[in-house]
Amino acid sequence: MEQATLKAQIMDEQAMDRAITRIAHEIIEHNEGAEGIALVGIQRRGVPIAERLADKIEDIEGVRPHIGKLDISFYRDDFKRHISPVIHATEILFSIDGVDVVLVDDVLYTGRTVRSGLDALMDLGRPKTVQLAVMVDRGHRELPIRADYVGKNVPSSHEEDVRVSITPLDEVDSVEIWGIEKTVGGEQ
Amino acid sequence: MLSVKHLIDTTSLTADDITQILDTAKSFDPIVNARTIKKVPALRGRTIVNLFLEPSTRTLKSFELAEKRLSADSISMGGSTSSVVKGESLADTIQTIDAMNVDMFVVRARLAGTPQKITENTDAIVINGGDGKHQHPTQAMLDLYTIREHFGHLDGLKVAIVGDLAHSRVCGSLAPALKTMGADVTLVAPPTFQVGDPSWFGCNQTNHLDDVIEDMDVVYMLRVQLERMEGAAIPSRREYNRLYGLSLEREARMKPNAIICHPGPMNRGMEIDAEVADCARSRILNQVNAGVLTRMAEMYLLLGGEE
Repeated sequence: MEQATLKAQIMDEQAMDRAITRIAHEIIEHNEGAEGIALVGIQRRGVPIAERLADKIEDIEGVRPHIGKLDISFYRDDFKRHISPVIHATEILFSIDGVDVVLVDDVLYTGRTVRSGLDALMDLGRPKTVQLAVMVDRGHRELPIRADYVGKNVPSSHEEDVRVSITPLDEVDSVEIWGIEKTVGGEQ
Repeated sequence: MLSVKHLIDTTSLTADDITQILDTAKSFDPIVNARTIKKVPALRGRTIVNLFLEPSTRTLKSFELAEKRLSADSISMGGSTSSVVKGESLADTIQTIDAMNVDMFVVRARLAGTPQKITENTDAIVINGGDGKHQHPTQAMLDLYTIREHFGHLDGLKVAIVGDLAHSRVCGSLAPALKTMGADVTLVAPPTFQVGDPSWFGCNQTNHLDDVIEDMDVVYMLRVQLERMEGAAIPSRREYNRLYGLSLEREARMKPNAIICHPGPMNRGMEIDAEVADCARSRILNQVNAGVLTRMAEMYLLLGGEE
């Protein structure tokens, strides 16, 4: 059994909104505009974050980037331990050939999800570049992967869980650190 | 994760299991039917042996394609090419293959109970690809998928399964699975082809297709299995076609949104008329497509649930 206790809130709604605004500006700056950009959110929380980023980019540049959803269940390297009870849709209704794709996820941790996401993306076409945007980078990488755009760097331990909540999937916008305690089975 | 370790029959599957298989199959649909690269690495490095002790084309090819699309390594063995014909017992054949460390067997056999027996001789997972007159669970799953795709649900649908019920493992798997999902099943057959037990899985039974055809959402025609026939169960091909064949005239009396299914291969002109097999209601080719998707789902869920 695992028991989780809230340790701290590290971003509230305002902080997340500011981070998304800043990342939107950075994406536009790096790509010299919003033409030819596609934002692809990794299911599930990468999807609403990608939508928020698209809203911001549209506000700033007057151009709305393409948005896609990517499910990586069939690309996991640890699927024996993590079989997904629900497979979410991959929905990329445009060609990614020659496009600058920004992969969007909530938390960057070991890098394995992003690795699976890259493989899944490459099976759909040949993007010009792939960049990575995350709300939180919590360290502990197991693969040579880094994010191009980071909402907040959060040093964490393996005994902690970083949880991103975002509307409309969740009730509020928030980033929290939870402590995970392994309790011995049978004890109260 | 499914509640069963092996897929031997549909009577062991819960409604949750079936829904999970159909939902997972649905998520393979865009991969297999819309993409240029039609495969995913989900079962990379897993080894699957297709042991087909009875001839089969569509089931074997469907499994082989499903395995390739999941990136599994697979080999196919037939009865005539295996040591079974040299007098080796089935248990020895299984243990020999098992010694090469395989993850899954897909078994097609003439003798009912063979897949179940094989589970006792291996640690690998076993999928029943059709055993004698007993069960053909992967056929039932592709049928349910096809029907659910058309209607959006299975509960409350009226389904007639028509034909050679007594010899049919397709019916043996499909009827109980439909009942589990809340459908209303009517078995239509001449007395010599009926299942025998009047209370069988709570299905309605009748000898007259014309009495029920207008009420049905799905008319599922079974192949008359001439190769499994013992004695003269039907008087003649023509008489069977006249009483139980799906003709254009009968097709015209079906509900506007009703569909026609058939597990294949068809005897055109016997259980189904050629024009009906190709008509707008026919979902026969959709069934073939669904076969790859649902078999991918079954292998993915069974191998993924293993610890």
